[in-house]
Amino acid sequence: MESLLHVPEPAEPLPSATTRRGLLEWISSVDHKQVGIMYQWVALLFFLAGGALALMMRVQLSVANNRFLSPEVYNQFFTMHGTVMIFFVLMPALIGAGVYLVPLMIGANEMAYPRLNALSMWLTLFGGLLLFFSFLTGGAPDAGWFNYAPLTEEVYTGSGINYYCMGLLIAGIGSVAAGLNFVVTILKMRVPDMSLKRMPLFVWMMLITAFLILGALPSLNAALSMLLLDRLLHAMFFVNTHGSPLLWQHLFWLFGHPEVYILILPAFGIFSEVFPVFSRKPIFGYSFVVASGIAIALLAYGVWMHHMFAAGLGNTVNAFFSASSLLIGVPTGVKIFNWLGTMYGGSIRLRMPMLFAVAFLIEFTIGGLTGIMFAIVPIDWQVTDSYVVVAHLHYVFVGGSLFGVFAGLFYWFPKMSGKMLDEKLGRVFFWLFVIGFNLTFLIQHWLGMIGMPRRVYTYLDFPHYTLFNMISTVGAFLMAASVFVLLWNIFKSIRSGEVAPPDPWDANTLEWYTDSPPSLKNFERVPPVTSDRPLYDFKHSHQPDDAT
Amino acid sequence: MNRLMMKLFVASEAIFFVSLMVAYVYFWISARFGTEALARLDIVTSGVFTGMLVLSSGTLWMSERSRNRGKRTAALVWLGATLLLGAAFLAGQSHEYYRLLSGGFTIGSDEFGTSFFTLTGFHGLHLLLGLLTLGTLMLLLSKGYLDNDRANVMATAGIYWHFVDAVWVVVFTLIYVFPHIAPHLAPHVVQNITGS
Repeated sequence: MESLLHVPEPAEPLPSATTRRGLLEWISSVDHKQVGIMYQWVALLFFLAGGALALMMRVQLSVANNRFLSPEVYNQFFTMHGTVMIFFVLMPALIGAGVYLVPLMIGANEMAYPRLNALSMWLTLFGGLLLFFSFLTGGAPDAGWFNYAPLTEEVYTGSGINYYCMGLLIAGIGSVAAGLNFVVTILKMRVPDMSLKRMPLFVWMMLITAFLILGALPSLNAALSMLLLDRLLHAMFFVNTHGSPLLWQHLFWLFGHPEVYILILPAFGIFSEVFPVFSRKPIFGYSFVVASGIAIALLAYGVWMHHMFAAGLGNTVNAFFSASSLLIGVPTGVKIFNWLGTMYGGSIRLRMPMLFAVAFLIEFTIGGLTGIMFAIVPIDWQVTDSYVVVAHLHYVFVGGSLFGVFAGLFYWFPKMSGKMLDEKLGRVFFWLFVIGFNLTFLIQHWLGMIGMPRRVYTYLDFPHYTLFNMISTVGAFLMAASVFVLLWNIFKSIRSGEVAPPDPWDANTLEWYTDSPPSLKNFERVPPVTSDRPLYDFKHSHQPDDAT
Repeated sequence: MNRLMMKLFVASEAIFFVSLMVAYVYFWISARFGTEALARLDIVTSGVFTGMLVLSSGTLWMSERSRNRGKRTAALVWLGATLLLGAAFLAGQSHEYYRLLSGGFTIGSDEFGTSFFTLTGFHGLHLLLGLLTLGTLMLLLSKGYLDNDRANVMATAGIYWHFVDAVWVVVFTLIYVFPHIAPHLAPHVVQNITGS
């Protein structure tokens, strides 16, 4: 015990409320734990809104020639669903997890810039609210989440696109600020013994994600600014008569593909914490997990045109981006084997976080394999803009990122709230969600193969179309039902859940060394860091050979 | 720590400006507005203001050096000079905008107007932010808030100012100087690429 390290306070006291003052305490807070939790509430709010939009789309598509939603409304709904789920659900949920956990995992008491941290969170919330405000102004954005020009130009669309630009610009500035905060926090505020090689993998993945944010978001912000200038001041960047609609595609996907990895790397980080703890083994190939993460980040900037194969850029360009896209599958595959190797020979505990982790391995691999298919140009040409794309992206975003969020929720909820989430209700939620998810999206692979295009509000009664769509809609309702089980679980557990000890999972990293929930000051002292599993070492310091 | 943060921010902003410059170059090649740039822009006046902006980086560096040696008054004078030079540049840019706009040339006139006003306009906004930062710095310096333990505040703000300065040097070269060197460069490039 005498070797515990002293943790320094932030240099100056911060303007956070120290006594319980209800809502005002939260609004005025710059404490990274409260900001991290508020990020999760923001994500949940928009998750329910985005989910409701999706459900109404599935109702519209359940039978042929349906008139439940008009084509105009349907366009707005699919655009808002995609935009909201990516920018205002997955991003805040994952960035928020990082905000909550990174200081705790590296033995710090705060983020490097606590005020900037709170600003990022509020910018995200208000960016999202501004986006939704468009519904009240005569129509939401309706040109798809990637908002292709020239459809987004003034002459073709209403004011919704302006809200798309401004909402995403505001949230984008918040994300860049969060990225800055992460890099500085991680590089400058670790406890003295925690070298880069001893950093928890979640922290590693957040560091890589932060660099991706800093590199990718500016080109989106530039593109959004240009589009706003086009629409408000009659500039001509993307108009088809003078400018170049193709330029939008380049700028957007130069952001858009790294964005995919911004959404998946933090989830990889979460799984890299969950697998070792619930297999009771150290991670298999720590340095390979890190190195493949870095490789993914670097390759992420060299694959954007695989989103544009259909734009007709020529065989040379297509061949290059096809090859680089196939290449990026390799480091991702390496990680899958890291996790399988971690499980191999371990004594596996199938608690809720581990259930989602195992399900992730299967679902994400399906999404990854269809991704490899899309990297091959002729296949892409054949199925692009069909439901195969919809199925693919949901398998990676839901089966990858969202399962990561859920695994993280069940894993760290005891730390955040001091209460355990109910395991039985958790299992009901898990099975309803996983079955519903596969019912909804697996069938869409076939739906796309037999020719159903994405983004159409209805379809004729071709053979199989109605049946397949109905199956998909039933699955969507199962997922919706499961979300209510999750909400009930959270509500019930906060009110009367089992009280969580500081270290309920017998885990490895420093956040489990402090109380559940941690006090305002995270640590007075932390154990010395001798490996990437400091808490494990501390708990087993009397049996030095136990580590292997 | 603050300097690391500012360097990262500046790197991120650099990508923002590169995106705008890519748009400029793209339109230069496709719309061939090299001769139009020659006709509309006055390289001599802009060159003088560019010189002032480059000079402002030097005065800021002098100010920081004076502060580090404990000469607060000298630091204030150099900082004031930096502010004046920056403001003069902005005034010069405003005058150029006024001349172009009153001549009926706007952001919506053609591809050149679109990319010219966007690129220089965003740079001007960044410069304005830099002036506000320097003004704040001057206030802090004069009240003695920047003594000793706050040494890196000036260095941090300085990184931003030098960056805005450097961006302008690139923008100036691209927009004002290149057309003089090779106004008809673009069509040849297009021919070489397409073989037509």
